[in-house]
Amino acid sequence: MTTLSLSLPTAPKRAAFGKIVQNEARLALRRPARQLGSIAIPLVLVVLFGKLGTFHQAVPGAGGLTLFDAYVPVLMVFSLAMLALMGLPMPLASYRELGVLRRLSTTPVPPSWVLAAQGIVQLCVALATIAIVLTASIAAFGERAPVSPTGLAASIVLAIAGLFPIGLVIAAAARTAGGANVLGRVAFFPLMFFAGLWLPRALMPPALLDISNFTPLGAAVQAIQASMLQGFPPVAPLLVLAGYAVLFSYLARRFFRWE
Amino acid sequence: MGTSAIAARPLSVRLHSPRASALDGSGAAVEIAQLRKTYGSLVAVDDVSFTVAQGEIFGILGPNGAGKTTTVECAVGLRTPDSGTVRLLGLDPQTDRDEVHQIVGVQLQSSAQPDKLTVSEILDMYRSFYREPADVTELTEVLGLASKRDDFYKSLSGGQRQRLSVALALIGRPKIAVLDEMTTGLDPQARRDAWALIEGIRARGVTVLLVTHFMEEAERLCDRVALVDHGRVVALGSPASLAAQASGGKTVRFLPSASFDDRVLTDLPEVSHVERRGQHVVVTGSGELVNAVLFALAGVSVEAREVQLGSSNLDDAFLRFTGEDSSASKEN
Repeated sequence: MTTLSLSLPTAPKRAAFGKIVQNEARLALRRPARQLGSIAIPLVLVVLFGKLGTFHQAVPGAGGLTLFDAYVPVLMVFSLAMLALMGLPMPLASYRELGVLRRLSTTPVPPSWVLAAQGIVQLCVALATIAIVLTASIAAFGERAPVSPTGLAASIVLAIAGLFPIGLVIAAAARTAGGANVLGRVAFFPLMFFAGLWLPRALMPPALLDISNFTPLGAAVQAIQASMLQGFPPVAPLLVLAGYAVLFSYLARRFFRWE
Repeated sequence: MGTSAIAARPLSVRLHSPRASALDGSGAAVEIAQLRKTYGSLVAVDDVSFTVAQGEIFGILGPNGAGKTTTVECAVGLRTPDSGTVRLLGLDPQTDRDEVHQIVGVQLQSSAQPDKLTVSEILDMYRSFYREPADVTELTEVLGLASKRDDFYKSLSGGQRQRLSVALALIGRPKIAVLDEMTTGLDPQARRDAWALIEGIRARGVTVLLVTHFMEEAERLCDRVALVDHGRVVALGSPASLAAQASGGKTVRFLPSASFDDRVLTDLPEVSHVERRGQHVVVTGSGELVNAVLFALAGVSVEAREVQLGSSNLDDAFLRFTGEDSSASKEN
């Protein structure tokens, strides 16, 4: 009971799971501010970068890659990271703080379902944002359609698998919702740096790029960028993401507390 | 001294559960035997045993930190006891978790809900967890939440939140309701409403396990109480029998019209103790104490004025068995 276990709802309880998802969706819609950042920031940036002429010039020595090419994957990863590192752990820690998870432990429904429901809601928001960023960059700003849609899908799935458990570990480490928020930010900004938000990976010195390759967001950007421009991504970034997924799932399972 | 509780009893019928007698004789609702639970070096529950019959309102009473909440948490399966057994209608909350959660409704101390869900959204979700749930409309009417159904949790008053919490405990039509400090933090009117509510729950045939540190509440509601102190049951019985065990019995307090020798009273067989409190005299004893005292005083031409009678109550029992003043622990 004190460790994390996710069990899939069985048929008679599917209605109950549906109700939980419904309420989580309501909560997400009623606190638009929490979602706004993860949706609005990538959208504003994609429009801004798309309009800037300099972003469409090739980066010297990067094989014809433009800054805009470099930023589209970063912005796709941005919403995923924001939701996984802040959107997921904060409400979860707040539920634990309020005793909601403890209260659920006394019902026939396991509290892990709230976790799953929240994951689903967050995922929908993240995928919608990614779809909008991708569509806008292709339709309005002349970005090419992804060379390997399969590779792109695989990269996104692995990025989600790697990032969401990190959010759970943050929720496990934090005692309060406020603490989760702080930890989430502390994780978010350095990880986004290595993803190339301030300095695109194409411009990073080799040493920095090496580090970036082994961070979850850096690997995600590497895999997504390859899928967009070249074809199915190399194995290395996918393995890195899978490694984070395994490691942090284990840690979340080991350390997450329901109360 | 503890007489107001009786006067305040409402006219509602206190039905004993028809189910209690219908089921087999052995069918205790709650059986707890030699329960023990420690947190590191802290012994929260040392040795607690009691049995609650079906349809009973059973109180767990004790000072703060006595182990009441831990006992209840073990009872509903939130915590795993170090040793001892817990059975709810014959089921083990550790191994028959699913079934126990279907038949036990729990109201936990300090458990809140998300601010931006409405009363009916919360109830509707909890309702879907149970096999044979209660009707949301009916339940909100019974609990006086009907007009609040579409209000956000955030906008509810403390009393309304408490009633919602009780509603959540009852939404699955439980056979056993466990209520932990449900009236703490309520104003006197809300507390009385909550008491009427608990009597109403029992009238539906539900067994109630009530954790409280309010003497008046236990005296008023409970068929039997377990007094818990330092993780042990120090006394068990009806509030009246505990009160009787607690002291020498009756007291008479009066203002004498003239001075007299204490021996006039201490010589009486009914009197066990005489004490002067300012100008007042307090006589403790048993039997026909009042008559004996008044008659003896008349014999020495002393008139007793402002006569007050008292009998010991649960407060006295609490003090006696735990060595702690219950009024000191009334406010957290």
